[in-house]
Amino acid sequence: MKTRVYVTLKNGVLDPQGKAIHHALEGLGFSGVNDVRAGKLIELDLEAGVSDADVEEMCRKLLANTVIENFRIERPEAA
Amino acid sequence: MKSAVIVFPGSNCDRDMAEALKLVSGKAPEMVWHRDSELPQGLDLIAIPGGFSYGDYLRSGAMAAQSPVMRAVREAAERGVFVLGVCNGFQVLTESHLLPGALMRNAGISFVCRDVALTVENSQSAFTSRYEAGEQITIPVAHHDGNYQADEAVLDRIEGEGRVAFRYAGAVNGSARGIAGIINEAGNVLGMMPHPERAVEPAHGRTDGRRLFEGLLDTVLQPA
Repeated sequence: MKTRVYVTLKNGVLDPQGKAIHHALEGLGFSGVNDVRAGKLIELDLEAGVSDADVEEMCRKLLANTVIENFRIERPEAA
Repeated sequence: MKSAVIVFPGSNCDRDMAEALKLVSGKAPEMVWHRDSELPQGLDLIAIPGGFSYGDYLRSGAMAAQSPVMRAVREAAERGVFVLGVCNGFQVLTESHLLPGALMRNAGISFVCRDVALTVENSQSAFTSRYEAGEQITIPVAHHDGNYQADEAVLDRIEGEGRVAFRYAGAVNGSARGIAGIINEAGNVLGMMPHPERAVEPAHGRTDGRRLFEGLLDTVLQPA
């Protein structure tokens, strides 16, 4: 079962990559972009028995560095 | 002084570190592979070198922090063994929670590789005892993720406790409060982005890094 983990920088943490992307978009002539923040999407293929708490633990222990990053878990509804 | 250098796949300053330790202490360190779950007995110092451990996958230092050897390093640090993390080693130490904060992509995006001026903030630690507080030294940096960040409360605390060892004298990578190196609460773990092992002999062009190792040697050799 595919579970998605989105890892994003916390608000207020400077995102140099997002800034560079923003700058490049402006360079391409795209207007109206107020801000860009870059993050990560991690897809986990999990067995049915893996609980939400387990996934949270994975995020806290490895997938996100909670000093600077937030994470959001997206699990498909159990069939 | 009995020392060890931890070697991860992707470490590339491990031999420089070993040479510096050998030069200053007269004794070659043991090279310890990341899969080893035990460290040699009787270590005084563990050095975690620079490089790109595990290709910097996920985050710099994140995979190395989970390796078997780091469990042993964490236990040794708790027992009071000195731990020095340089560059990627500093990233490994923050990811291992042996030091607070995190090292993010340089504020200017670019990899920075040059000599930088540092101010020695604390000359009371075992790592900095051969320096004068306020002294300016020059040590090379070579990193992409050296932008030190922590929340204001953590920054205030480490500043208040004199745990900022080195600060950049000019702008380098966007680090909060110009922090280049910090020490843990117990005073036996130092993480720093600049490379002291690359400034230990005249052939390097400067020797400002040498006193860091000499200070450690003084402490280790001191009769208890």
